[in-house]
Amino acid sequence: MREWSQLLSNLVSHHRPHNYTQEIEAYSRNFINNAQLAVPPYMNPAEKLSQLAEGTDEAGKHLKIKFDHGTTTLGFQYKGGIVLAVDSRATGGQFIGSSTMKKIVEINDYLLGTLAGGAADCVYWDRVLAKQCRTYELRNRERISIAAASKLLSNMIYNYKGMGLSIGMMLAGWDKRGPSLYYVDSEGARTPGKVFSVGSGSIYAFGALDSGYRWDLTDEEAYELGRRSIYHATHRDAYSGGIVRVYHMKPTGWVHISDEDCKDLHYMYQDQKQKGLN
Amino acid sequence: MECLIGIQFKDFALVAADMTTAQSIMVMKNGTDFVVSDEQKIHKMSDKLIMAVSGESGDTTQFSEYIGKNIQLYKMRNGYELSPKAAALFTRRNLADYLRSRTPYFVNLLMAGYDDNTGPELYFIDYLASCVKVPYAAHGYGGFFSLSILDRYYKHDLTEEEAYILMKRCVREIHKRLIVNLPNFKIQKVSKEGIKELEPITAKNLATEDADKA
Repeated sequence: MREWSQLLSNLVSHHRPHNYTQEIEAYSRNFINNAQLAVPPYMNPAEKLSQLAEGTDEAGKHLKIKFDHGTTTLGFQYKGGIVLAVDSRATGGQFIGSSTMKKIVEINDYLLGTLAGGAADCVYWDRVLAKQCRTYELRNRERISIAAASKLLSNMIYNYKGMGLSIGMMLAGWDKRGPSLYYVDSEGARTPGKVFSVGSGSIYAFGALDSGYRWDLTDEEAYELGRRSIYHATHRDAYSGGIVRVYHMKPTGWVHISDEDCKDLHYMYQDQKQKGLN
Repeated sequence: MECLIGIQFKDFALVAADMTTAQSIMVMKNGTDFVVSDEQKIHKMSDKLIMAVSGESGDTTQFSEYIGKNIQLYKMRNGYELSPKAAALFTRRNLADYLRSRTPYFVNLLMAGYDDNTGPELYFIDYLASCVKVPYAAHGYGGFFSLSILDRYYKHDLTEEEAYILMKRCVREIHKRLIVNLPNFKIQKVSKEGIKELEPITAKNLATEDADKA
């Protein structure tokens, strides 16, 4: 705690009044530049913050800062574009904070992002990314490519690696090279791919998704595959649930396909099963 | 869990890297769905220099891009390229400096290049910034299995075809004995002519080969 007392003594020193503003400026950088987060005044913020994120202090004592997060999100490419599907449950440990959260962020007409991990982290960096994408568009009279957008995001996040950010995002979009789907996370990984699923329910979603996936799915089949995979994840994963949202990325931009309660889906699928339809 | 293998011969060097992207216990990508320009663990540094990277995700791309750009910058500033040896030492020095900083990079590397004066070279660099010039080397668990194969069958003057068969032997052993699933390997060759992408060694290819033999 030596750093803190040092900071305090700096703050209370009266003979250097302008120090206030300097200190305040130093610790509120993100007001001026939102891509720069203010980190706590530790000698080595990364080390200290990762310790805090572990949920213990230096003596190994339990800190009540650790928050769990559960989600299921998925995205896949097929011949008709990209389908994204997500659940809507926001949890803090055992507590369900919201059942109607929007985990697909509409960055612009041709770019969607999915959120998994810390909600605040995802929403914040998505907003910063949206600003950067718009600025790029205004400067270059051309939409940003998905490759570039994902690289911007992953580079921003990489600067805070090990400081406790928790992000697992998929970026889906359509640019002049066609559709593309990227996975970006707070570890700094960034990789393009055809089929991704992120979050605590991803293991369940992958099971349903992988076994039903084909490149030549029709649009309706693709929506249903995404929806069903999320439904199965909400069924098995306690941290996923609420509304199953499905989006479709087309050459003309994204389209919102459906929002359905996973309970309704459950009874619908159960009904179908009883009638021997599936 | 990742695996890199590098072998240096008389006229060329071969580097193999698995194509799996994993997140904790889950495989995100296996290299079976080839997406456009999906650059993976082998990075091109210059016309006759490649670097295979494994280690912590994020660090791997950031570090290899940093080194790659710096090698390009050196060429622009001085009008001639860094030799493979110089490039390896430069990389090692960077890794060593970062190791003693607050933000070390956890990356393991294999650098393979062709020096017009001395021929092909292979350098083994690990995250503790050791740097050794070797005839063959490997990173990751797969390395344990392939090293003995290389000890047994390595010859300095193999042709490209023979070298490829040797590499296949290593991959076969990994498939057979390693618990981790690494089905596909990307193979690149560096020689006097530059960098050449060889046919990837995949579980599927090996299976069809076995079926043909039987």
